[in-house]
Amino acid sequence: MTLDRPTTLLAELTYRCPLHCPYCSNPLAMAGAEAELTSEEWTRVFTEARELGVLQLGLSGGEPLARKDLEDLAAHAHQLGLYTTLVTSGVGLTRARAEALRNAGLEHVQISIQDSDTETADRIAGMRASQHKQAAVAIVRDLGFAFSINVVLHRANLDRIGDIIEMAAALGADRLELANTQYYGWGLANRNALMPTADQVVAAQAVADEAILRYRGKMQILYVLPDYYEKYPKPCYGGWGHVYLVVTPPGQVLPCHGATQITTLHFDNVRDRSLGWIWTESPAFQAYRGDEWMVEPCRSCPRKAIDFGGCRCQAFTLTGNAANTDPVCTLTPLRAIVDRAIQEATGAPEYRYRHISPASAQTSSSTDKHPPPGH
Amino acid sequence: MGLTPASVPTLWRLARLDFDAVRQQHVLLYPEGAVLLNDTGAAILQLCDGHRSVAAIAQVLEERYQCDVLADVTEYLSGLFDRELIRDA
Repeated sequence: MTLDRPTTLLAELTYRCPLHCPYCSNPLAMAGAEAELTSEEWTRVFTEARELGVLQLGLSGGEPLARKDLEDLAAHAHQLGLYTTLVTSGVGLTRARAEALRNAGLEHVQISIQDSDTETADRIAGMRASQHKQAAVAIVRDLGFAFSINVVLHRANLDRIGDIIEMAAALGADRLELANTQYYGWGLANRNALMPTADQVVAAQAVADEAILRYRGKMQILYVLPDYYEKYPKPCYGGWGHVYLVVTPPGQVLPCHGATQITTLHFDNVRDRSLGWIWTESPAFQAYRGDEWMVEPCRSCPRKAIDFGGCRCQAFTLTGNAANTDPVCTLTPLRAIVDRAIQEATGAPEYRYRHISPASAQTSSSTDKHPPPGH
Repeated sequence: MGLTPASVPTLWRLARLDFDAVRQQHVLLYPEGAVLLNDTGAAILQLCDGHRSVAAIAQVLEERYQCDVLADVTEYLSGLFDRELIRDA
């Protein structure tokens, strides 16, 4: 196979975040500020990414506004010609910072909103974030950024999908991303509390389908399916190491933001290797490229050209072998794992909130305390 | 759905036409996506200025290439219109 050039880099600038959303895809054990790549290191990574062919840059986290050098990084990305998106909670986006980012050449801002209902929004965020977000939205609109709203959907807000869409339209979003929770990192740890019911999923799909048509040409709506309820797995970024790469706050390079969960692979670091070497040569990026690695039923399945066997991170997390078919697929007996997870996810949502605690995070569980709203 | 020769195509506010020096190829960039363009596609999109109609764009290209392109131009822009990357001004 010919090796394609990557188009998209997700730069997770920091794990620091004022919010504590239990569906966060970041890993349970997160490095603190002291381990983060420096400004110079990020600048080099962006330059190498552009030389490699990257066109799209996501400045993400954590909350990227926690980085004081965000404006400098955005300016460098702009000079390279990258189409840059700031992926933010909106908390900490003052007018002064927004103006500086605008002057740096930042084009697109994506603000997360947790719910149309303020009380449940603040409950899932683990802080009173809603008022900050309203202010951030007003600034972003005022400065004329291309503006997206992202909403993660789960059991506690899926029934309000219609209200959420109307809210996004009223806030003047150019684009609305409605993303059903993907179960990675904290999201996986909270799966039982987040998983919607089958009835919710069917009802939400109908609302989304209608709104997508109604808002055509006014607000682009993307609806990310709840993959546990799908018949076939999602085609994860066009396959492993095909067009997408992620750099984590301490510099690890991943083919997918959930890949740190695959403990059998070693992911190289931009502090040790060039991005180009990691993309083309590193064992981790080569591990699941193409289809030579596939097992049955993927190996002989015509759908392997469509979904590439699904998500390697999900296959590893749920089956212990990253080469297995993504258990979402109904063509594998492994599907029983996903069906069981759906059946087990009942009862009132009790969240385990996201927090940075590298030493204890991997073993702690029900004893976690979440900060009261407004801490 | 789709555009007619009378439509006036304009790029989506969030989309940007650029030349990628790495691939030596024009690209259409937009949030979380990129379309790699061939020379013809780039020539069409460079004429989408919010004033020219599809027919007017085709006419410019017909003079340039000396062949009938109206159907191809309409189809090409309609495809991008369906993906919401082109708007009808």
